[in-house]
Amino acid sequence: MTTTTSAATAGPVAPDRRGVDPAAVVARTTSHPSLRDTCVQTLAMAWRALKKMRRKPEQFFDVLIQPLLFTAMFAFIFGGAISGSVSNYLPVLIPGILAQTALTVCMATGVQLREDMDKGVFDRFKSLPIARFAPLAGPMIADLIRYGIASVLTLLTGLLIGYRPGGGVFGCAAGVALTVISGWSLAWIFTWLGTLARSAQSVQGISMMIMFPLTFLSNAFVPAETLPDWLEAFVKVNPVSHVVSAVRDLLNDGAVTAEVGWAVVGCAVVVVIFAPLAVRSYSRKM
Amino acid sequence: MADLSAVRAESLVKNFGDFRAVDGIDLHVRQGEIFGVLGPNGAGKTTTLRMLATLLPIDGGHAEIFGVDVRREPHRIRQLVGVTGQYASVDEDLTARENLWLFARLQGLPSGRAKSIAGDLLDRFGLQEAADRPLSQFSGGMRRRLDLASSLITRPPLIFLDEPTTGLDPRTRGQMWDTIRELVMDGSTILLTTQYLDEADQLADRIAVIDRGRKVAEDTPDALKTQVGESTLQLRLSEGADTALAVDVVRRLLGEEPVLTPESGRMNIPLPDPNRAADVLIGLREAGLGISSVSVAKPTLDEVFFALTGHGADDESQMEAAR
Repeated sequence: MTTTTSAATAGPVAPDRRGVDPAAVVARTTSHPSLRDTCVQTLAMAWRALKKMRRKPEQFFDVLIQPLLFTAMFAFIFGGAISGSVSNYLPVLIPGILAQTALTVCMATGVQLREDMDKGVFDRFKSLPIARFAPLAGPMIADLIRYGIASVLTLLTGLLIGYRPGGGVFGCAAGVALTVISGWSLAWIFTWLGTLARSAQSVQGISMMIMFPLTFLSNAFVPAETLPDWLEAFVKVNPVSHVVSAVRDLLNDGAVTAEVGWAVVGCAVVVVIFAPLAVRSYSRKM
Repeated sequence: MADLSAVRAESLVKNFGDFRAVDGIDLHVRQGEIFGVLGPNGAGKTTTLRMLATLLPIDGGHAEIFGVDVRREPHRIRQLVGVTGQYASVDEDLTARENLWLFARLQGLPSGRAKSIAGDLLDRFGLQEAADRPLSQFSGGMRRRLDLASSLITRPPLIFLDEPTTGLDPRTRGQMWDTIRELVMDGSTILLTTQYLDEADQLADRIAVIDRGRKVAEDTPDALKTQVGESTLQLRLSEGADTALAVDVVRRLLGEEPVLTPESGRMNIPLPDPNRAADVLIGLREAGLGISSVSVAKPTLDEVFFALTGHGADDESQMEAAR
């Protein structure tokens, strides 16, 4: 008898008991994401970016084609004019192409972020209790793969047409690593642009305007000494020049020179300035 | 906690440039109820909801959710509120299962637990079969269900539903209504916006009617409908019938003023009590007036609007278009 009564009363009560208790949930909330949460969330966003890469392999076009095309093209066209022969030019050119390719990948980071942010799912990301840093940094972690592919391919193309890096295996590995680090750091600039601009096209446009002067007004393809004084002055302060010089030292001599130090410091400065700017502008966009 | 309100918003304001989209709205949602925000396109419903969900900065006024300040503690608010938007906020490039897993991971569930919750939700929302298909093959209804499922991963005590059934077919709409009712059984509080009086009527315990960024009424669905008359008797007189005479008959029988559309011979008569429809029909026949068609309609949003604001809901969509 007692069992039937309790069963009868349990009916309407049951949903309440296993139901949500707002006061308890409020008590459990935290005012900020912890560092651990931020890492987990960033990795989850990186996982998402990797899934997308796997489903849209056409994203890899730029990192596959550009290293092959530009390395071969520039070597055979400019080689004789600038360094007397193709094989003499390759030690100058390969580090330059590495820097240029890294910058192109950076640009794609900004454009893709902007495209992504226009999608409905970003509404959900914003409404979830996640660190504002995660949706920006996650895709950038996945992009490390793209920098890696682009650098290794550039180097391989160089080797194929006769480049013999004096730095050996260590020099090559260090050169590729520095390229990947620089690319990742500079990508924060384009990520910031991505959070500011109104559309993916405008990110593309602005990025082009930044990328072309940065790569061509540097020592990436020609020795700075051949330029007019005013241009040489700019080339010398251009951070891309420092990255290119550092990669040259690593690839050609296997030497960790002061230039390498400057390049790393420069990259750190870019991250320290632009990462907070990007996160701030992203959280404001809400 | 002594305060039993889920949402307490006072004089909320939102400006988009010169346009004041939300102009001092007060909302008070009690715990465990379904609160409906009813209004036409561009009235400020979605904007209000987005402000409360920390998706838009609040330009003026004050809002608290379960006693937590929305402006000062957005991160806490995001842990309390599940948001289901007007357009499904799910990732088109992932499968349904991957979407749920990702959202669960982002909210701090360990991978294994995230997987099992994703499985449970897919079951509950009837998406198990389509779980591993790309979202591009999903119908609108399936997307909405996945979107709602995504909002429920951590069982938030407050759920925002922005026009949950706009664009759905009647059957899917009915299913969505059932799901929403179940959520309340679980102890969740629901704040939903809708353009349909019918939907607010079916689901909501209380309704706020919003017009041009202001709240023009707040009451139970029954009380609101009584304000506009329970329903309307729609008549079309047969060719050549004396319209003036018909108006007289209606006035005499009901004491109500019929609304005329002379060119089509149509007549809308407010009916305080549907039983009196017969009186009108008999009265017209006794006066020798023919009728070509007759129907009894529930009040539409348009009529509620007209009754509350003195202008139709359509003006509002035009304003929206102009903006």
